[in-house]
Amino acid sequence: MSAVAEVTSAVQIREVPVSRRHRTITGSVLVVVGVACALAFGLGSKAGATAAFKLSASGSYFSIPVISVPARLVGLLIGAAVTVLGVMQISRGFSRRAMRWVLTFTLVGVVVAFLCWAATGQGATIDVLGLLQQTIFLAVPLILGALGGILCERSGVVNVAIEGQMLAGAFAGSLVATLFSNNFIGILGAMLAGALMGTLLAVFAIKYLVNQVILGVVLNVFAAGLTGFLYDTLMAPDANTYNNPSPLQAVQLPVLGRIPFFGPLLFDQNWIVYATYLLIIGVQLALFRTRWGLRTRAVGEHPEAAETVGIKVRRTRYVNVIVAGLVAGLAGAFLTLGTVGAFSKGISSGKGFIALAAVIFGRWSPRGALGAALLFGFADALQTVLSFIGTPVAIPSAFLAMAPYLATIFAVAGLVGRVRAPGADGVPYEGR
Amino acid sequence: MSDSTTVVAAAPEPPPAPAPRLSRPRRVVRWLREGNSVMLTVYAFLLALAVGAVLIAVTNPATIKAAKYFFQAPADTFSAAWSAVSSAYSALFEGAIWDPATFSSGDWTKILYPLSSTLVNATPLILVGLSVGLAFRAGLFNIGGQGQIIIGAICAGYVGFNWHLPVGVHLLAALVAGTLGGALWGGVAGWLKARTGAHEVITTIMLNYIALYLLAYLLTVNGFQRPGSNQAISKVVDDNARLPHLLGSVLPVHAGLLLALAAAAAVGWLLKRSQLGFTLRAVGANPSAARTAGMDTERNKIVVMLIAGGLAGLAGCSQILGTNTAIYPTIDAGIGFNGITVALLGRGKPWGTVLAGLLFGALTSGGTVMQVNTHTSIELVTVLQSVIVVFIAAPALVAALFKTRGAAEGVGQSLATGWNG
Repeated sequence: MSAVAEVTSAVQIREVPVSRRHRTITGSVLVVVGVACALAFGLGSKAGATAAFKLSASGSYFSIPVISVPARLVGLLIGAAVTVLGVMQISRGFSRRAMRWVLTFTLVGVVVAFLCWAATGQGATIDVLGLLQQTIFLAVPLILGALGGILCERSGVVNVAIEGQMLAGAFAGSLVATLFSNNFIGILGAMLAGALMGTLLAVFAIKYLVNQVILGVVLNVFAAGLTGFLYDTLMAPDANTYNNPSPLQAVQLPVLGRIPFFGPLLFDQNWIVYATYLLIIGVQLALFRTRWGLRTRAVGEHPEAAETVGIKVRRTRYVNVIVAGLVAGLAGAFLTLGTVGAFSKGISSGKGFIALAAVIFGRWSPRGALGAALLFGFADALQTVLSFIGTPVAIPSAFLAMAPYLATIFAVAGLVGRVRAPGADGVPYEGR
Repeated sequence: MSDSTTVVAAAPEPPPAPAPRLSRPRRVVRWLREGNSVMLTVYAFLLALAVGAVLIAVTNPATIKAAKYFFQAPADTFSAAWSAVSSAYSALFEGAIWDPATFSSGDWTKILYPLSSTLVNATPLILVGLSVGLAFRAGLFNIGGQGQIIIGAICAGYVGFNWHLPVGVHLLAALVAGTLGGALWGGVAGWLKARTGAHEVITTIMLNYIALYLLAYLLTVNGFQRPGSNQAISKVVDDNARLPHLLGSVLPVHAGLLLALAAAAAVGWLLKRSQLGFTLRAVGANPSAARTAGMDTERNKIVVMLIAGGLAGLAGCSQILGTNTAIYPTIDAGIGFNGITVALLGRGKPWGTVLAGLLFGALTSGGTVMQVNTHTSIELVTVLQSVIVVFIAAPALVAALFKTRGAAEGVGQSLATGWNG
C-alpha cells in the first residue's frame, strides 16, 4: 500500500521554480489588465456617478441596506492595485501559492470594477444577491457534471461523455417524474439513466478497450440521437403523458435560510442543490481521506502498481465510472426537474463539455472543479444580468455569451500553469 | 505516456504453415467469417439497423396499442411492429437511393433525385471526415469541425455576397476565403496545443461555441444580415460565386462533390507520398520516436490543424456556395460532429472516408424522406450512425456476437489517449 501512496504523493510535490521569462509575461499581463481596468472602468465611468448594489432579500432576520460606491474611484483604485501587483511580479516575483491569490484578487477586482462601471450606465441598482443566486443555479449542473468527471477520471477512464450522461438524465428525469407524478422517483430515474450511459462507457472502455475520447464523443452523439428520437416520438405528440413534470420547488431551510444574504443565497434552494453541497464535500473527503479514494487514485495513476498490491483495477474502474454516471444523471435531473421541468431536445447545450473543462481547470479535484464551475456559472449569470441593466457602452449579447468559452480556453491554455491529469487517465488497462 | 506498458521481447513466432488452397466459394465463406474490416462494417451496420428497428417498434403507437393485449393475440403486436419498421426502413431506402414509384414516370430527374440528394449530403461529410481523419493520423482529435465549418461559411459568404467579381474569379476567391477561415480556426487549436499543451478536445469544442456566437452576432449587423430582414439570415451569395450544379438545375448535386473527391485524392497523396505526410504519420504513431528522429512535433501539430481546419472550412464553402445560398444560424447542420463518425467509419483513410461519407449522406437524405412519409423521427439516423461507430470501435464485441474468427483492428487505437498525451 505504501508504495502506491508514494507514487501518488510524489507526483503532487513537484514544484518547479518560476522562470524569469514566465514572471515577466504574467507580470506584464497584470500591468496591462490593471491599466485597462483603470482607463475603461475608472475613467470610463461618469465623474461623480455612483454604483448601487443590492445585497438583501425579504424574509431574512434583518435586511442589508443598498450599498452605493463612487464608480470612478473604485475603478481607478482597483486598476492601480492590479498594476502595482503586476510590477511587483516583474521585479520580485510571487511564489506560486501567492500568485494564486494575486490572480484571484485580480479577477474579483476587475469584475467589481466592471460592475461599478456597468451600473453607472442607466443608474440601475445591481442585484448582487440575484446575480450570485443565478450563478449558483447555473453552476450546479456544472459542479455535478464535473464531480462525475472527477470520479471517472481519477480511476483512469477519460469521461468525455458527461454531456451524454446529463442529456440522458435530463430526459429520463422528466419522463419518469411525469409517469409517476413524483419528482423524487424522477430524480432516481435520471440517475439510473446516467448510470446506464456510464455502464456503456465502462463496458466499452474497460472490457473492449475502445479509445475513451472517441467513445465519449460517440456516446454523446448516441445520447443526443436517442433522446431526440424518443422526444419526437413520445414527448412531442403527447406531452401531458410523457413530458409534463412540475419543477422542484425551493425549500427554505429553517434558521439557516433566514440569515441575511447567505440564507437566500445558499439555503433557499431545491433539493438537488442541497444534494450538490453534500456531494462536493463527500467526494472531496472520499477521494482524499478514505481507503476507497486512495485505491481509486492508485488505479488512476498506476494501475500495474495497484494491481500488484492487490487492488482490483477493473472492478474499481467499473464502480467509479458507473457512480460517475449516477452523479452526471443527477446533473441532468437538475436541468429538467430542477429548473424548467419539461425536457427539450439538446437541453444540456454543451454544459457537459464545460463541466469537463471544469474538471481540467480544477485539476481533477472537487474543490478546484467547484471554483471553476462557479466561475463559469458567474460568467453566464453576468451575461443575463447585463443584458437587462444595459451597460454605458452597449456590448452585444453574443460576446457576453462567448465569455465562459473564452475563459475556458484561457484556463486550459495554462493561465493557471500546466495541469497534469492522473497518470493512467485514458490508457486502457490490459491487465497482466 | 505509455511507459507503463512493459516491453516484452516476444519470442520469434514460427512462420505459419501454408494454408491448404481452398476452392473459391469456400474462400469466400471463410473471408465472410473472418474478422476483417469490410465485414466488421457490414456487421456493425446490421446491428445498428437492428437497434433502430427495436427503437421504432417499441415507440410505435400501433405496436404499443397491440402490446396491451399481447397475450390474447401476440401476432398483432408483431405484425404492427413489422409494418412500422418495414415502412420506415423502406422510406429510408427510397429517400437515399431509389424510389420504385418514380420509375414508371420515366422522368430522370425524379428517378435520380434521391441519389443526387445523397451526394449533396455526403459532400460536406466527406470533407469534414477527411479533416478529422487527417488529424487522427497525426494523433490529434479535431472535434472542432462545427466551428471550422461556421467560420469557413462566414468567410466564404462574406466574399460571396459583398465582393462582386467576374465569373470564375469570384468563386475561387470565395473558396479560398472559406478555406483560410477554417484553417485559421483549426490552426488556433493547433497553436494552443503546441505552445501551451491545451488539449485540442477542449479547445476545439470551446471554439465551436465561440464560432456559433460569432455567427449569431454577425447575423445581426449590417454587411451580413439580409437588408430589410430582422431575422437571423444573411445576404444571398452572388450567382458568380456559386458552385455550379452538375446534373442540371433541378437535381441538387453541385461541384462541391468534385471538390470533396479532389480533397480525398489530395489527402491520400499527402499521407502516402509527401514528406509532410510521412512526418505527420510518424508523429501520430509515436511522438517520442518522431522527436528523437529530429522531427518538429510541435510545428507538426499546428500544420496538421491548419490543414484539417482548411478541409472543414471547405465543407463550410460547400454548404454556403453550393447547398444553400445564404448563411443562417444552423448552417453547420450537425455536420461537424457527424464528420467524426464518418472519419471513424472510414478508419482515417481518404477513400474509406469517401465511402463512409456516402453511407452517412445516404442515411441523412433517406432519413428526411422517412420523417416526412412515415413520421419516424430523423434522429433515428443519429442513433444508427453512433451505434455503427460504437461497434466499429469495438471489434472484439462484434467478433463475439457473430462468432467470427479473430477481430479486425479497431478504430483510433493508435490515437493519443488521455489528457497528458
